[in-house]
Amino acid sequence: MKYVCSLCGWVYDPAEGDPDGGIAPGTKFEDIPDDWECPVCGAGKEDFEPED
Amino acid sequence: MRPVEIKDGVHWIGVIDWNCRNFHGYALSSKGTTYNAFYIEDEKKVIVDTVSKSFEGEFLCSLSHLTELEEIDYIVVNHLEPDHSGCLATMVERCKPEKIFVSPMAGKAIKTFFDCADWPLHVIKPGEEVSIGKRTLRFYETRMLHWPDNMFTYIPEEKMLFTSDAFGQNIASSERFVDEMGKEMVVDLMQQYFANIITPYAPKVLKTLETFAGLNLDLDMVCPDHGLMFRGDDVALALEKYAEFANQTPKNKAVLFYDSMWNSTERMIKAVASGLASEGISVKVMSVKANHHSDIMSEVFDAAAVVIGSPTHNNGILPGMADALTYVKGLRPKGKIGACIGSFGWSGECVNILKEWLEKMGMDIIEPNIKSKNRPDHDELKECFQLGVTIAKAVKEKTGK
Repeated sequence: MKYVCSLCGWVYDPAEGDPDGGIAPGTKFEDIPDDWECPVCGAGKEDFEPED
Repeated sequence: MRPVEIKDGVHWIGVIDWNCRNFHGYALSSKGTTYNAFYIEDEKKVIVDTVSKSFEGEFLCSLSHLTELEEIDYIVVNHLEPDHSGCLATMVERCKPEKIFVSPMAGKAIKTFFDCADWPLHVIKPGEEVSIGKRTLRFYETRMLHWPDNMFTYIPEEKMLFTSDAFGQNIASSERFVDEMGKEMVVDLMQQYFANIITPYAPKVLKTLETFAGLNLDLDMVCPDHGLMFRGDDVALALEKYAEFANQTPKNKAVLFYDSMWNSTERMIKAVASGLASEGISVKVMSVKANHHSDIMSEVFDAAAVVIGSPTHNNGILPGMADALTYVKGLRPKGKIGACIGSFGWSGECVNILKEWLEKMGMDIIEPNIKSKNRPDHDELKECFQLGVTIAKAVKEKTGK
């Protein structure tokens, strides 16, 4: 499932991951470490919500 | 305006936009605004930010009272938005700076604003320090205050923090400091600025404030890029107010905004307002025809409840309401109580549409969603009054007051 940053609107797509942030493609949102931050705005993992 | 020396060797070189009445084209700025920029005279000559392109002549003229442009060594870009970077290309061309300091996010975005392939960009690391002689520049990333690229620049030796949009207020004045003006007025303008520009990022503001509290910086002056600067005791006022705004603590207040065709929806709104006021809640009744969406948002910001009204028009709502709702929803105010009413002629979709807006804004909806055919009769107006009373009770429960 994709997750949306509630601050800036950036979408985390598990298929793409966040390679610059050390998250490999294929990583489920749930498996991202808690200290990971949104690559656009720096929001915390807790600021993300499942995409409708 | 000529430069103003705000600390020994540190000069305000901003410009005053006396006639700005619509800030960035979406928020009214009834008192005008300023674009603040700064010049620091040290072994390295430093510019912090520039101003809007339309004031380039004034900006260069002001700076020329202090230095030759080609003597400038460093340019700090705290924010890429054109009201602060509008003269950057000219400055780079004229000053031929040794370095241009930008945040990591600005390092990525700057090429989408400028043809800057040959610019001497230095992408800072958060917390990085650069000596400019007797003084040091220290950079902190402050993403989403108010764009991803924002950063603060701190000079520890001067205890000064340059904060770009954060702590800004839209006011054009010859005074440069909050203590030269009425504090209450400045706080009100700072709240309006926060409400209309920073609200979506309020959670990030709280984190940023927490981070800065942890850094325990010695602060004697906070210099935003719009409006007045804070010095001495006013620094604490700026920080305290920003924390208060970011927490979005609601008051015992309700804003009722609406559009109306033949006054039916307006009469219903006034009946709801009367019910709210009868319970001691402060109300603001705002027609979207008489009030700009940014003035509505400024009131919604510290209200506990929002009541919206529109008649049904062409199976939808009136376009003025769609404008105000689009604007308010985009700013993502948190923790509001919502209710809706509206009149109709034959199909009556209005309240369902309005309710959807309230749901999308995550409001706690108070029912019933009253709709009235053609004109509200006595009983329907009583029902509206009673809705106001019910909302008032929910407001008091929420605020605990």
